Amino acid sequence: MNRSDPRQPSNLAQAHHWYDLFSRGARDWLRHNDKVRSAVREQLPEMIAGSDILSRPAGRTVRIPVHFLEHYRFRLNPSAEHSGVGQGGGQPNDVYRPGQAEGDQGGQAGAGGNGDGELRFLLELRIEDIVDWIWEELHLPDLKPRVSDALRDEDLVREGWSRHGPNARLDRRRTLKEAIKRRHAQAEGATPFSDEDLRFRQLARRQRPATDAVVALVLDVSGSMDEERRKLAKSFFFWAIQGLRRQYGNALEILFIAHTSEAWEFTEEQFFQVAATGGTAASSAFKLVLDIFAQRYPAGRYNHYLFYASDGENFADDQALAENLLCKLGDIVNFMGFVETPQNPHESGLSETGRLFRALESRNYPAGTYTIHDRGDVWDAVRRFFQLQARAEAGTEVRHASRE
Amino acid sequence: MQAENEWGLEQLTRHIQKIETLATRNGLDFHPVDFELVPNTFMMEVAVYGLPIRMPHWSFGVRYIHQQVQHRMGGSHIFEVVFPGNPNRAYLVTDNGLAQNTLVTAHVLGHADFSKNNALFARMQQQVGYHIVTEAAERARSIQDAIEEHGLRRVEMVLDAALALEQHIDVDHPIHRPDYPLYIEPVPGRKATGFRARYAGLPGEEPPPAPQRRRAPIPPQPESDLLWFTARYAPDMEGWERDIFLAVREESFYFYPVFACQIMNEGWASYWHARLLREADFLPNDLYVDAIKSHSDVIRPFATGRDIALGINPYHIGFTMWEQIIEKEGLESALRIRAEEDDCSFIRNHLDDGLAEKLQLLSYRISGDSRAGARVRIEDADIATLREQLIAPKFNFGAPHVQAVGLGNDGSLTLRHDHATDGCGLDLDRAQKVLEYIALVWRRPITLETVDGNGNPKILTHP
Repeated sequence: MNRSDPRQPSNLAQAHHWYDLFSRGARDWLRHNDKVRSAVREQLPEMIAGSDILSRPAGRTVRIPVHFLEHYRFRLNPSAEHSGVGQGGGQPNDVYRPGQAEGDQGGQAGAGGNGDGELRFLLELRIEDIVDWIWEELHLPDLKPRVSDALRDEDLVREGWSRHGPNARLDRRRTLKEAIKRRHAQAEGATPFSDEDLRFRQLARRQRPATDAVVALVLDVSGSMDEERRKLAKSFFFWAIQGLRRQYGNALEILFIAHTSEAWEFTEEQFFQVAATGGTAASSAFKLVLDIFAQRYPAGRYNHYLFYASDGENFADDQALAENLLCKLGDIVNFMGFVETPQNPHESGLSETGRLFRALESRNYPAGTYTIHDRGDVWDAVRRFFQLQARAEAGTEVRHASRE
Repeated sequence: MQAENEWGLEQLTRHIQKIETLATRNGLDFHPVDFELVPNTFMMEVAVYGLPIRMPHWSFGVRYIHQQVQHRMGGSHIFEVVFPGNPNRAYLVTDNGLAQNTLVTAHVLGHADFSKNNALFARMQQQVGYHIVTEAAERARSIQDAIEEHGLRRVEMVLDAALALEQHIDVDHPIHRPDYPLYIEPVPGRKATGFRARYAGLPGEEPPPAPQRRRAPIPPQPESDLLWFTARYAPDMEGWERDIFLAVREESFYFYPVFACQIMNEGWASYWHARLLREADFLPNDLYVDAIKSHSDVIRPFATGRDIALGINPYHIGFTMWEQIIEKEGLESALRIRAEEDDCSFIRNHLDDGLAEKLQLLSYRISGDSRAGARVRIEDADIATLREQLIAPKFNFGAPHVQAVGLGNDGSLTLRHDHATDGCGLDLDRAQKVLEYIALVWRRPITLETVDGNGNPKILTHP
């Protein structure tokens, strides 16, 4: 062709090395994941009731399958019949079921393609993060552990530096600084390092107030507590424990106690599998808790919590004893909660034990009652527990103060 | 680097020069091409973003992962990407062999010829400029600046809306549009004659007052360019937000011809890479055989034998059509067609019964839910129906036709979906989400008129 313009020849260049260093796609993918996380976070109140999360209470992380976020655009109604053009050896009136579509061939990239599909990915969340999110989401109070005056553990605290010490505690940075200082002060030809420069970290013994806590989880395993009710109780226990862990860290100890007309202590693994038949005497469990608290977790060194899950039925002649023991417990604990999973779906707080807790609550004991009919209620109960507990905590301080 | 392509850079450079001479001799006419060899990772990103450097948005991240997954499963292989301009910018993959890259070079020259001569490409390039790659990078940078100044969340909010409306432009208007006229000019009244003239001449008669000019409604007629309309008439947007809308719009103008001429353009490039390689007697025999293997991979239909694919391979269709056109009507005629037409007219004018049969085109209808219980039935369709079905996805940039029809005194926006043309209503859930995106930048109530699944009028509002 006769082109008049003097044209530059085409040329070929090698790739710039920085192309490998930075991925815009990965950057936007990470941003997408951030958005998924915050979307998940907004859904958390619904999600925590899901059993797949609760089935692994000991796990440090949970995995949640999530869809890719879709960037929405105007689209035609997908349910309408639609037609199109394809290629292949089909004859008119043949009927097919769709299989796998083959991928695009690439080439000049257009603006089309919304990139949705059936791909899903697993989002791994740390339970601690979830609990933190829930706290923020629901504006729950950060509770302060009760600090007792009784000093307990001695801790080794790092404190200052010394010129002598074991090699393991040599502070290299500090030593180097000292050497530089000395070399600057000295005339030319100073030795690079001398024994004078060495600095060792020094440890001191300090006493630390006790901020330990013990939670007694009490489960009614009598015949009337069926599988479903136990699951509800378990959900509640799980999230309550997570919340308390947030407060007390790993200093939180948990007691697992099941009762019928008698009470036993279990390990965590056994606890949720326990099945028993027999009557219900709540006092047996309260008695056991009181004994264990007295023997192993003396007041003043521990913060005590009690959660009791039951359908609320109790032997009539056990009521007085149960009340008596609960009052004693009420003097010790920071908080005690009754998780009621009633037989009757419309019932709430009408059971014997429910009434008992309510009475205690009105007498200013740090107590609360939560009624859980189905999974949706678990969340409300957890939330109310922490709000009530915050109030009770404040109240306890007043009560304790006034008694002293 | 050198070790990665042991076939040698010089070798490919020599091939490029020779193929270019051959192409020019064959009548192709193109702006020079800047070829660049890039790693595969970079190429995949270019394919995802449509441009080497483009504004950041999380939705590209989703496409990127899809691309990665497809690539791992062997479903996608990208040979080249070329950006029209003067010079053109073409990217080749370092991992591909010398044979493939020689073929790709010829392919790129086909694209370069097409984009210089096709009327639609030429018109759009005049408007968006001849250096799209650098301009897009420039826009990406100013959006990055906006992120630093106003924060990621606010910029993302604007991009959510702007990119969701990416396809809603009106290429029949120039990219730099004047505002709507403020007033409707009154039509001058007829000059009085006869009785009226005599009556007006009576003593004591005031001449009738001249008709007042009226304020023009906004928009004066339904507006399809939603990006422009938002950038220009949204009541409560900041300057930098409007700029982002205009930046997205400018890139849409650039993408439009690539979209609207895909079959023609890919077919043309495939035709020329096959022909140029056939005529390139300087290539060693084994290299030619390797290259032609890649060629037949590219232009094979998605389904063979008795299988069917619910989609078409534009390379295959375009290639086969161009082959027949050049065979039957000659090269001169083909050059004219590549200059004047786009996919719609190309299919309507040149896809005949013989071609449809050769390409094994079939018309299908899906009934039931598109997932589990879907049934695909092959319909008996004549060539006219096939043509229309083939180009149906091309209309309006592949998006439902949604227009702005009213701007209230309170700044509220009314959108209307042209369901009569589209044949059915909108996906209401998605439409509602899009309204939410728009509302975040429009900041006044928004209404969308469409129809539901049963064809009854449906009005979506936000908030």
